[in-house]
This record gives sequence, structure tokens and C-alpha cells, in this order.
Amino acid sequence: MSAPPRPAVGLVLVSHSPLVAAGTAELAGQMAPGVRIVAAGGLADGRLGTDAVRVVAAVEAADGGAGVVVLADLGSAVLAARTALELLGERAARVRLSGGPFVEGAVVAAVEASLGRDVDRVLAAAEAAAGLDKHVR
Amino acid sequence: MTETPAGAVFGAAPTVGVPELADWLRRFAALVAAAKDELTALDAAIGDADHGVNLDRGLQAVVARLPELGAPGATPASLLKGVALTLISTVGGASGPLYGTFFLRLAGSLGDAPAVGPGELAAGLRAGLDGMAERGRTQLDDKTMVDALAPAIAALAAGLPAAWDEVLARSVAAGAAGRDRVTPLVARKGRASYLGERSAGHQDPGATSAVLLLEALRDALAPAGAPG
Repeated sequence: MSAPPRPAVGLVLVSHSPLVAAGTAELAGQMAPGVRIVAAGGLADGRLGTDAVRVVAAVEAADGGAGVVVLADLGSAVLAARTALELLGERAARVRLSGGPFVEGAVVAAVEASLGRDVDRVLAAAEAAAGLDKHVR
Repeated sequence: MTETPAGAVFGAAPTVGVPELADWLRRFAALVAAAKDELTALDAAIGDADHGVNLDRGLQAVVARLPELGAPGATPASLLKGVALTLISTVGGASGPLYGTFFLRLAGSLGDAPAVGPGELAAGLRAGLDGMAERGRTQLDDKTMVDALAPAIAALAAGLPAAWDEVLARSVAAGAAGRDRVTPLVARKGRASYLGERSAGHQDPGATSAVLLLEALRDALAPAGAPG
């Protein structure tokens, strides 16, 4: 697969669980070469929890110039992500927070990002993943 | 902003600077440490049983950093911002971003002043409360810390410029009444909201820790021997 034509939108995955965030990043990255996908799961010492300061660092690492979509899983992961946006201040202008499903949203967003879509298109794809037909019926 | 009428008389003419704020945080940490098991038991009934442990961990980290955060050159705002970032990165649960945002907005409201008076402090606490409510998309009666803090901070602002120790005591009483008022309600935020009707009748752990924050403020700012 060829590299994206311009800097790709990056993704940040926020979960209480380091394993959930890292595993989702692995899964999404498999389909999206050239996309920066940064896991921000758990606390700095590896325990379950969320840390907005780590989310800020993850956003900075994920931003290659085209912006970042942050996906949060449950509860305080969303609060931590919102707090990170406040801490980022003006740098949050090209950061979006997805309310879509975590795993499916990350995979779809990674694919869209790898195609060079802009940050709002990647966000829309991440949130639309809630309606993904998994063909179970 | 709450304006302070010229010539107003406060009990003990309080000026709130870095030492007073550090004392507030130390007292809050001590109250939470003493109530850790109670907070966790309350949270075990309607949440994920981590409120006491999480908040205690975050506040112990704050206390450990206070000498550095309050070192010469510190302002109330720089101290409180450091407190906010410490809570945000060490609490782990929802109370990290919520109390963290409270202290972040309070810090922002105080500007670069080396110390502030009661009116500025009350306005800053109001900004902190607004930030917390915005962060959690929280409204009154959702059964959260906001239900204790909102009436307490309103009482603080409305009580000025009466004697400071009386105003602080009234603020704590209003907070405790707010905490107890929502106990019969069904929680609408956090893990407790997953329980629906089962949350009714249980005292909210967040509102409980919020009252400790108010008690710590009273104890730090009221003159020794003050009522309450």
C-alpha cells in the first residue's frame, strides 16, 4: 500500500485499560499504514484509570499536522479527553472528540485517515461506525 | 464578580494567598484520608467502589507536591493549577477530571494576584463549579458533587460581607443540606446512573467528598475557635 498523499490525521485511543487502548491501536494500525495511532490507556504506573495529562502527550505525539481524532471508551475516559482538550488550549483547534464506538470507530477512522481525509471527515467516519452493519442477522 | 462594598467588615479580614490555599488542600487531603473507607463504601453501593481510594491517592500526591507548588514565587493561580494537574494525572477515575477542572478554572479566575479577598475567592469558586458542571455536562439534581457545591458556593457569595467565619459555616451547612437533599433521587451521571432506581436512597459519594472540600475551606480560612 502506498503512503497517504499528505500528512494523515492521527488517532488517540483513551481507555481505562492500557490493554484495551493498546490492543485497539494494534487492530486499527493493521489497516492503516502511515497513520499515527497512539494509545493512552490506564495511568502512568499501568493501573486502570484515565489521565488527561497523558492524553495531552498522546495528542501531541499523534499530530503530524493534519489534526487528531480522540476516541474514548467509557465514563471518565470521556471526561479525561474533554479535560485534555481544555489543557491543549489553542492547540485543540484541530483535535476532535469522537462519541462513536471505540473499537469499530478506531478501525474505520484509521482507514479514513490513511486515505488522507481531513479531521472532520475522519471524525464523521468514527461516529458513523455506530451504524456499521456487522451482518449478524 | 462579587463586589466587596467599601468599608465592609469581615471577621478576621481574610486574605487568601498561597499558604492559606495550601492549608485548604492539606486539610481536604486529611479529611478524605480519614473518610476513605466511608467514601468507598458509599461508592460500592452505587458505583465502582473506587471514589475514596482514587481521591485519597490523588490528594496524597498533591500534599507531596505542595512544598514545590507553594515555593517562593508561587501565586494562588500557579499553586492551584499544579494541584489540578496532579489530580488529573493521579486520581484515575471521574473525580480526577472533575475536581481537576474545578481547580483549573478557580486558578484561571484568580489571575496573577499574590492574594485575593473573599469576593474574588467566591467568584473563583463559582468559576470552578461552572467548569466542573460543564466538564461533566452536569445539572442540579443529577446527584453529583455539584448538588453539594452549588448551594454552598451560592451561600458563600450571598453571605458576603457578613463575618467570614459565619459565612463559611453557612456555606458548609448549605453544602451538607444539598448532599442530603439528593440522596432520595435517582442518579443521572456516572456509574450510578446505570443502576436506575436502585441508586435512590443511597448517599452520593461525590457530593459527600465535596462537603469535605467545603469543611476544609472553612477550617483553613476561619479564625481559630470559629463556630462550625
